[in-house]
Amino acid sequence: MAAAELLSQEFELGFTYTRSTGPVVGKFLTGLRDGKVYGVRGSDGRVLVPPAEYDPVTAAPLTDFVEVGQEGRLLSWCWVSEPREAHLLQQPFAWAMVQLDGADVPMIHCLEAPSAEAVTTGARVSISWADERQGFITDIRCFTLLQGAAS
Amino acid sequence: MSEPQADVTVVKSPVYLKYRFTAGSAPARFLGRLKEGVLTGQRCPRCSNVYIPARGSCPACGVPTEKEVVLSDKGTVQSFTIVSIPIPGNPIEPPYIVANIVPDGANISFIHLLSECVNEEVHIGQRVQALWKPAAEWGYSMDNIRYFRPLDEPDVAVDRIGKLPVTGLES
Ligand SMILES: [Zn+2]
Repeated sequence: MAAAELLSQEFELGFTYTRSTGPVVGKFLTGLRDGKVYGVRGSDGRVLVPPAEYDPVTAAPLTDFVEVGQEGRLLSWCWVSEPREAHLLQQPFAWAMVQLDGADVPMIHCLEAPSAEAVTTGARVSISWADERQGFITDIRCFTLLQGAAS
Repeated sequence: MSEPQADVTVVKSPVYLKYRFTAGSAPARFLGRLKEGVLTGQRCPRCSNVYIPARGSCPACGVPTEKEVVLSDKGTVQSFTIVSIPIPGNPIEPPYIVANIVPDGANISFIHLLSECVNEEVHIGQRVQALWKPAAEWGYSMDNIRYFRPLDEPDVAVDRIGKLPVTGLES
């Protein structure tokens, strides 16, 4: 039997989803587009960011939106030394859990930093907005480290 | 000040999966013969089932399949669906028919288009035959077959679908 040719081909499978946000996520994304961050207050008084659609304790719909700060505290992080093509930042960065001032839970996003050595848990960080915002989580380009003492 | 914008109600969140498919020896031989306008399968040495496109082993017996067999470009509709909704990136205009077709000589079906038919009259057991593109356009692709079209032959009983020899109904 003759040796077969080695056949190889690249292809791309695309799922071109468009999703409805619903009113709560829509409020959050509209806020991002306008340069603001909204959370929602739960039945126990905690401010959840990004806003949850339903109360984690009572499961009731949540509508009490609260604008929170654009700086916060780094609760935990994981350094990515080799970013992949799909990552927002193409230089080494950290996945970060950031609790914004006025929020009671952290949210996940990227943290831009010169090196892993520059990052410490508890550091103060700030939102760096994208130049053009469109109502998407990437309107927050990333978080950046604030100089000064950790809180 | 820019004019106020409407609230965000939708987000575009596409997912793109990038693959590099490398054909193993069995698929490569299948594609090589396909480029010559020939459909081939592989027969399992244990259970005798013929698979198209062959993967080099029998999923039922777990043994290698090495023997190529030439199949007919005539076949039988095992199942089908009428597609009425356009699919982004697909140039074919609905409504059209996508069918599972078992070629004569094989025991499993592959998916291809069925055309030159009255959609409402397509049925399981219907006999069909490939309409090939001009040979100059053949490549390593099932697109060498433009589509299948109805054949003026008697229907195949449901319990015989996928069991016809390569000679089809003539045997
Ligand atoms: Zn077998």
